[in-house]
Amino acid sequence: MAAEPLTTEGAEASPAHSDHSEPFTLRIRRYDPESGDAPYWVEHTIELEPHRSVLEGILQAKGRFDGSIGIRCSCKAAICGSCGVRINGQPGLACHTHLDKAKRTSKDGVIEIEPMGNMPVIKDLIVDMDAVHWKKVQRVTPWLINKEPIPEREYIVDRESMVDVTQTMACIQCGACVSDCLAMEVDPLFIGPAALAKSYRFVGDPRDAQQYERLKDLAEDPHGIYDCTHCFKCIEACPKGVAPMNQIMRLRRRAGTDYHIVDRNNGERHEAAFVQLIKNYGLLWEAELLPRSYGGPSWFGKFHPAAGQELLSSLPVITKSVLRRKVTPMGALKPHKIPAEDLKQVKEIYETVEGRDQRLEFNLYISGTDENNDGPVSERVEATGDANAEDNA
Amino acid sequence: MPAHDVLILGAGLAGQRAALAAAEAGASVAIMSKVHPVRSHSVAAAGGINAAINPADDWRSHAYDTVKGSDFIGDQDAIEVMCREAPHEVMHLEHIGVTFHRNETGQMDLRAFGGASMKRTAYVADITGQAILHVLYEQLMKHHETVDRYEEWFTTHLLQDESGAVSGCIARDIRTGELAEFTAKNVILATGGVGQAFKPTTNGLICTGDGIAQAYRLGAPLMDMEMVQYHPTCLVENGFLITEGARGEGAHLLNADGERFMEKYAPNKMELASRDVVSRAEQTEINEGRGVGPGGVGIYLDVTVVPRKRTLEALREIVNIGKDFAGVDITREPILIRPGQHYIMGGVKTDVDGATPIEGLYAAGEVACVSVHGGNRLGANSLLDTLIFGRRAGEHAAARAASMPMPTAVGQARLNDEQTMIDGIIGRPKTGRRISEIKDDLGTEMNENVAVFRTQDGLEHALDVVRRLKEEAKTAYVDDKGTVFNQDVLGALELGYMLDCAECTVVGAIERKESRGAQFRVDYPDRNDEEWQKHITLSRNGDDIPHVAYSPVTITQWQPEERKY
Repeated sequence: MAAEPLTTEGAEASPAHSDHSEPFTLRIRRYDPESGDAPYWVEHTIELEPHRSVLEGILQAKGRFDGSIGIRCSCKAAICGSCGVRINGQPGLACHTHLDKAKRTSKDGVIEIEPMGNMPVIKDLIVDMDAVHWKKVQRVTPWLINKEPIPEREYIVDRESMVDVTQTMACIQCGACVSDCLAMEVDPLFIGPAALAKSYRFVGDPRDAQQYERLKDLAEDPHGIYDCTHCFKCIEACPKGVAPMNQIMRLRRRAGTDYHIVDRNNGERHEAAFVQLIKNYGLLWEAELLPRSYGGPSWFGKFHPAAGQELLSSLPVITKSVLRRKVTPMGALKPHKIPAEDLKQVKEIYETVEGRDQRLEFNLYISGTDENNDGPVSERVEATGDANAEDNA
Repeated sequence: MPAHDVLILGAGLAGQRAALAAAEAGASVAIMSKVHPVRSHSVAAAGGINAAINPADDWRSHAYDTVKGSDFIGDQDAIEVMCREAPHEVMHLEHIGVTFHRNETGQMDLRAFGGASMKRTAYVADITGQAILHVLYEQLMKHHETVDRYEEWFTTHLLQDESGAVSGCIARDIRTGELAEFTAKNVILATGGVGQAFKPTTNGLICTGDGIAQAYRLGAPLMDMEMVQYHPTCLVENGFLITEGARGEGAHLLNADGERFMEKYAPNKMELASRDVVSRAEQTEINEGRGVGPGGVGIYLDVTVVPRKRTLEALREIVNIGKDFAGVDITREPILIRPGQHYIMGGVKTDVDGATPIEGLYAAGEVACVSVHGGNRLGANSLLDTLIFGRRAGEHAAARAASMPMPTAVGQARLNDEQTMIDGIIGRPKTGRRISEIKDDLGTEMNENVAVFRTQDGLEHALDVVRRLKEEAKTAYVDDKGTVFNQDVLGALELGYMLDCAECTVVGAIERKESRGAQFRVDYPDRNDEEWQKHITLSRNGDDIPHVAYSPVTITQWQPEERKY
């Protein structure tokens, strides 16, 4: 072109990488609802630089070979939340996963891409998020209920509180956490990680007038905050460091410790019993956990009728556990023992944590560091379960 | 068949704000979008939103900065409306739940932004667009009984009654392929810009100028289409946006000599001059051989001068972008950036209530040209534009609806025609080119010849290419023959929209024989107020090159002056 020296040509393929395209093979799970056929796999080989994203790979396959491959996408920069898929079995954003990394984690060198789990598939990689994800979001009354009176200007609120809820505000509603939620697999009615994280966005917002009501509602719901099994899957899945499980745990702490909400699911008492047993014995004492969860820590609590009922209904599980030698009858009935020195250390952890004036909450945006003090950053970022930090370390 | 007082097409910030305002005014409202609303491209707006909320600030100062930023072809009456109403709008956002960052006294914190004479940008870290968009969607969920949502529906045609007034649209349910007619007393276009006509662009794949082209095809004039913003800080790697907030927080731009070259181009504002000025400065450095990185095609953005703690708290998203998409820890080392296509100042010509010259048709947001941005938009004025004029369009359309009957539906025959059109696309023979190829050619050509620096030869070449691609697009081949989520058919329609918009941009750029704002003509390097202190409007002229006309610039209190930063 005549105008060559004045153009911005070359921005797409920067010279740094233009000669480094490599072939990558994608194995995409296809499903055509109109065909009446079951899902099937199709392989396409594309050519891109290794640091390009899986989404760019899919788009190249779509552009060059088959325009009928269905995938939602828009921003390509991990902000619109459209392209949630599973890559080699792991949920995430296609635009946020590099081809070389995806190839490394594949079982046979072929990058396997399939739709997210826990949601019905509409076509190819496109799932019905309305039927699951958005329905659950709607469940948590997902809007601010203003504290009255509404000020003329902005609400004057603590600086940290706004930074705090920004972590949950950073959720892009991609559904990756929903895809991998183990509790939801067992209980499809579980409100789930994304919607509960959304709920913390209001519970943690000092401008909201109904924090108690929200917490009470989520604690009393059998599919609410105590339905989470603490498996960390959602933290691993989240591409934005929202750490949904952490938000669920914070909802529990607010409900139990701050508002003393004793729920009919026994979630609060179960947690208290768990914490107390570890404090006393250093290890879990299974035989004691159940009665205490129902009747509280007192000796008489053991005879709470609901505990007996739960025990009966749990017999098959207990039997299985014994048969598989996960527990021994004596081991379950008697408290486990750990060396006195270890127990002392456990107690010290309790003392340190309980001795603080304020609860220490880890947050992605509050880094607690400055130029001269880099130490705490990595620890704190890691403690929030920032998947980005780990992925790209 | 649905009928509403106000039908909004597009569910980004302008669309959602319009829907909420119209519903609040008592109208029956539907909002339709080709993607789920939170996927709209407003989500990518990072840095913040401008408003003179600091007691030491004044909306007139904001207005003057905007006028100057526009290089004196923004309409000052519209700019006054936007800047005067800004503080109230931002407070409204705060009240419905946007988690704006606070200062130590608990009030909203403000950050510096380009072209602004003081700190007036309210923000939520560097996810301001996302935070506002998601909060507006919370409000739509709250008002689900008064606002009907049609998510993942694609408008294929705007309908007009015998008098020419817009009376609804025909849309395709993307999930089922079903076509339906939507009757409406008013239609508000809020479909965003057309960045996808450029490659690379910071814009999402959905930004294909649908509403601009649909209005143009009805006969609505487009205005300022030659004004295309190149954002100064996009990753060399892939064109991703690095927020202006980075420079607002103090980051420097460095050339190959390690020099803060902005002191040559804008000694007072340095990196915080307006975007057209900074992009041109960078491109000049690159063209003159002082670029950095492989091939010397980039410039260093040095964020390490910002305290690390501040960066991690207030620029979190670009820390991630640097890490994930360029392999750079921006808190430790500079990152390679360059100017990249970001925004179009032009669009469907509207008045300050969002009304277009076509009865019953409104436009708000990037699809529209009010014109508040003129030759160059200031950073953090786009979110404001979407919200102020989205709300005004919603209110005005609701008021208009109150005094008119529901238009009559056009009926099944019209739907059949539309189905025939779609079947025609699906049935195209395999002899045509692939849609993705045509789109790539368009983007490459626009970025070569309709970018930061423009010449007559380059622009004429671009016009030839666009005209040729328009022909080729008519026979572009479609793989997907199905009905469920047939993205291929949408792609074919979007391609046509992008080409219409691109043609207008090129024609406008050829027409304007001066350099002003984002338009820099190497062959006409000076601003020429005598001849070109006016808007260029473009109207459809059959299949021929668009018809060019002019529209005066409204001046209220600020006379054109030399523009220096």
